[in-house]
Amino acid sequence: MLCMLLKNTENNMNKKIINPEEATNIVKNSIVKRRSKDSRLKLFGRAAIGLAVCFLLFLFYSIFTKGYPGFFQYYVTLDINFDRERIDPKGDLSDNSLFDGDASAIVNESLFSIIEPKGRKEKKLAKKIVSSGKDVRIAKMVKDDPGLFGTVTQVKFALDDDIDSFLRGYIKRETPESERRINDKVIGFIDKLNEEGRISYEFSDYILSGSASGNPEMAGIKGAFIGSLLTLSVCLLIAFPLGVATAVYLEEIAKKNRITEIIEVNINNLAAVPSVVFGIMGLAIFISIFGMPRSIPLVGGMVLALMTLPTIIISSRAAIRAVPPSVRDAAYGIGASKLQVIFHHVIPLAMPGMLTGTIIGMAQALGETAPLLMIGMVAFIVDIPNSVVDPGTVLPVQIFMWADFAERMFIQKTSAAIIVLLGFLIAMNALAVYLRKKLERRW
Amino acid sequence: MFSFFLLTGILIISLFFFLLGYNRAKNLINLNQKNLHSLTHYYGIFCSLSALLPTLGVFFIFTICDDLVFAELVKEYIPNEVINSKDYNFTIVLAQINNSVEGLIFGTPPQWITNAAEIWKSWVIKSNILTMIVCAITILTSGFLSYKKIHSEFRSRNAVEKIVMTILAVSSVIAILTTIAIIFSVVFESIRFFALIPYDEFLFGTVWNPQFEGAERAGSGQEGLSQYGAIPLFAGTFLISIIALCVSVPIGLFSAIYLSEYASSKERAFFKPLLEVLAGIPTVVYGFFAALTVAPFLRSSGSMLGLDIASESALAAGLVMGIMIIPFISSLSDDVINAVPQSLRDAGYGLGSTKNETVMKIVLPAALPGVVASIILAVSRAVGETMIVVMAAGLAANLTANPLEAVTTVTSQIVTILVGDQEFESAKTLSAFALALTLIIITLGMNFYALHVVKKYREQYE
Repeated sequence: MLCMLLKNTENNMNKKIINPEEATNIVKNSIVKRRSKDSRLKLFGRAAIGLAVCFLLFLFYSIFTKGYPGFFQYYVTLDINFDRERIDPKGDLSDNSLFDGDASAIVNESLFSIIEPKGRKEKKLAKKIVSSGKDVRIAKMVKDDPGLFGTVTQVKFALDDDIDSFLRGYIKRETPESERRINDKVIGFIDKLNEEGRISYEFSDYILSGSASGNPEMAGIKGAFIGSLLTLSVCLLIAFPLGVATAVYLEEIAKKNRITEIIEVNINNLAAVPSVVFGIMGLAIFISIFGMPRSIPLVGGMVLALMTLPTIIISSRAAIRAVPPSVRDAAYGIGASKLQVIFHHVIPLAMPGMLTGTIIGMAQALGETAPLLMIGMVAFIVDIPNSVVDPGTVLPVQIFMWADFAERMFIQKTSAAIIVLLGFLIAMNALAVYLRKKLERRW
Repeated sequence: MFSFFLLTGILIISLFFFLLGYNRAKNLINLNQKNLHSLTHYYGIFCSLSALLPTLGVFFIFTICDDLVFAELVKEYIPNEVINSKDYNFTIVLAQINNSVEGLIFGTPPQWITNAAEIWKSWVIKSNILTMIVCAITILTSGFLSYKKIHSEFRSRNAVEKIVMTILAVSSVIAILTTIAIIFSVVFESIRFFALIPYDEFLFGTVWNPQFEGAERAGSGQEGLSQYGAIPLFAGTFLISIIALCVSVPIGLFSAIYLSEYASSKERAFFKPLLEVLAGIPTVVYGFFAALTVAPFLRSSGSMLGLDIASESALAAGLVMGIMIIPFISSLSDDVINAVPQSLRDAGYGLGSTKNETVMKIVLPAALPGVVASIILAVSRAVGETMIVVMAAGLAANLTANPLEAVTTVTSQIVTILVGDQEFESAKTLSAFALALTLIIITLGMNFYALHVVKKYREQYE
């Protein structure tokens, strides 16, 4: 830098010396150009920020407009005759008995009475209008309220995903029949149902309470959500104590020597390792060597814990460093031991900073997909996991799986799941910001 | 379930030892009419910790080891003709037995598997009883031994602090253990891969076409069927990173300059976190956005211009990845530019330069090492990024520099190879570990280089 300046002055000295008037003129003539250059740079800066913010807004807009309809779906209202003989042949409301029952046939009869299909072929088509989850729905209803038996009640059933896409206008009436996923007869049935006022567009009761399903109209995020919750709790329980303990050890206890230096370099390196590599480590160590089962939240949480550990350690160390030495000296002065100083004074004072770092780390873990794919959390699991050793999946992986499915309705459901995920991430980050603002002390 | 109950039991018993130690200390005070060396609760903590820790160790060793031991023992129950058959694979047999143990039976398994599963079940019960007995013995003996230690001269606070210090030191070693585990898991499998495939073919081959063909590569007339030349993957990774940089470097740098030099503090406080939101969005969301919004948009606008853009193109993935890494460049560069001392700027203004000249000729050159480091870090982020490329860049290993075609990257190959069921012996599976090894080397190399740049060229002010 300095060299360059010196060189420049040397060059200038070699030039012939100009008188002050000339110099003022040169400067005056160039000033407009220089100022416009200045405002151009400012403009570029503004444009760059504007562009980035536009990307962000467009991303949110595109996800939101795609995902908002995903929370809703089309239902058909049918009059169901709750005939105990047929729904619950053994009369004990057990799963077995309800499974033996003939609930879907009752639904189909009710449907046929409205749209009046002729012949077997039409009946077969008509049956497919209502989602295949209809018998499960009736079974659930009578279990919740056995008083329904013997009554005729109006029940709402989800429509099949192709019908749903048709009603939303993604499948067009004008398209030639052979290129449509639903044929003219079915469209006729739907028109009939519409005329009777049987079809309604309502908040979906599957998206939040359903589990993974091959039928898009019945797919929901509850299973993945609980899986995420279990995985994150394992991650938190491992990463938070370990991270804080490491930070305390490195900042307060360890002497600066070879070993602590190695540990520090290690932590920085771990922060730079791509997340997919942590998944490979989980696959090779936890699953292959320790023989733990695949797809369980316990292994997922352990892998994510190791991944978020550097984030937590680094922010915890910064928080500990921010506690002024005078606090420690005062505690020593009244006779506290080293660990008493640490546990009674330093850690409580550094806690807000540590918590902020931990929340940010957890937000990272919540959105992470690649390492969990590696340890098999991508398996298709319908059951909602009850504990950390039940196979399960997590929200981001669910999003990844749904994004791969061909059915049109999964796009909306995926975007809806993304909205839920982003909602949680924003909430966590807001909490972190709030904690930082509220609890952080300036010394 | 069993482990859960056992753990709860262990915790309850150690709590009980806390009360024992606490009471004993109280009694000692009452008896001697003199205070003890440490506060009373330290005696309780000492008792419960010295009961708890060894028991937990024993518990974990037993729960981790039992499956390994069973896997060894069960080998005796596999009939010889199965072992000698050509396609015998112990991992698969083990999985079959495990499924049978868990009650997941597909079709009718052979009789010997059902038998092995029955024996396995009886072992599980036996090992559970054994674990329980051993844990009980450990917790009671270590608890009572520590209880006996408590007398009026015993310095329990020092003992507790020693234990806690050790715990802290041990937990800081976890970071090292993780690194060792990563290296261990990647390097060993890579060595096995390079035993099958020569490393020069891997590093310099131009065709990537992995196929499952068992451990034996040679023989059976299948040579040349699968090829492991990683050049197309590196090229794809490089191409996507370059596109990402073309997006993120100008936007990131100009944002950083604006935020640090032109923006008011209010603007800065608003826009900087807003840009950082981009880094907080999960990558799977970006992948979804790239695959379902950006790629179709590019495709339709490309066909309007007469360009044929593949539905999974490097361009879509690169653009979206560029958006993702904007904050890495803008935030880091902003910090670095801010760290340039005000006196340099003032000197520039004093000489009559405009803001533009000050920024471009004084501040930026001074901040250059940091800016370069931030770009390198962003590249290493882009190279290691997985979900965007998996969802938007495709799997076709094309060796091309055309951003409109589908390419594949190192990370997306790792994911496709390792997701789902795999045979651990095949070259295809092992190749993922070799790819992971190169990925680690590249990203860590970049990080070290970034640090080096900062250290070497940093201007020391004051």
